[in-house]
Amino acid sequence: MDWLAIGSAALLIGMIIFIYPRMKHAVANAPKGNMNDWMGYIVPLAAVIGFVILLIYMV
Amino acid sequence: MNNPNISMSRSQESILATNKVLKNTYMLLSLTLVFSGVMAFIGMSLNLGHGASLVATIAAIVLLWFVLPRTANSTAGIPVIFAFTGLLGLGLAPMLNYYLAVNPSIVSTALGGTGVIFLGLSGYALTTRKDFSFMAGFLMVGMLVVIVAALANIFLQMPVLSLVGSGAIVMLMSGFILYETSSIIHGGETNYIMATASLFLSLLNMFQALMHILGVFGGDD
Repeated sequence: MDWLAIGSAALLIGMIIFIYPRMKHAVANAPKGNMNDWMGYIVPLAAVIGFVILLIYMV
Repeated sequence: MNNPNISMSRSQESILATNKVLKNTYMLLSLTLVFSGVMAFIGMSLNLGHGASLVATIAAIVLLWFVLPRTANSTAGIPVIFAFTGLLGLGLAPMLNYYLAVNPSIVSTALGGTGVIFLGLSGYALTTRKDFSFMAGFLMVGMLVVIVAALANIFLQMPVLSLVGSGAIVMLMSGFILYETSSIIHGGETNYIMATASLFLSLLNMFQALMHILGVFGGDD
């Protein structure tokens, strides 16, 4: 394993250590969404996925 | 008893403050994107290697985690955000050089695609004025899963896992754009420097993930 892979792994481990407490806080304290709220995310997300598929055909 | 005039004045003040944060965020985001592009061009001209790219990325993350939160409430945050975005632009250079050598249309399509997705999602969040604060936990868990998968893939070297990770990043960054924009609109994010850093990271991650996806499906990766 070269030093570049070791450096990348160290960076990712650092990110995990940094993000984990924030994730726990967000999961515990963020308001819970209902079905309607999630549809507000799923609909534009479906449009993004469709657009990415279009981009794939364009390349 | 509440005075309707006072409550209306407060509401107008709040709307004005929100619009100011939004305007400043988009202004700073535009400037940092241009600066980052210039730094990426410099990095490409210097033919920067992957080692230098990793060092620039680590330096940018150190700025984001340890320097930006301490300076974001003052004018000192402006040079820090430019340094942060410039370093990330520099770190992008080897990837851009690779894809430009393989197929230049991958880079232009990913760039245009990122712009269209950002404008579309921002427009959606601004016009519907939906509150996406409920997504915070989901986005953070998703981000952690993607990072753990990326870490595992350094050892596993599975192209499929890498591709799935890029797909997940596009979906997560879409969520982060909606979340951050809604947070500005609803007063959750009042610091335009931190909002810019968050939106910049979403755009950069989405651009990189799109290049990867287009590279794979274009048969060039």
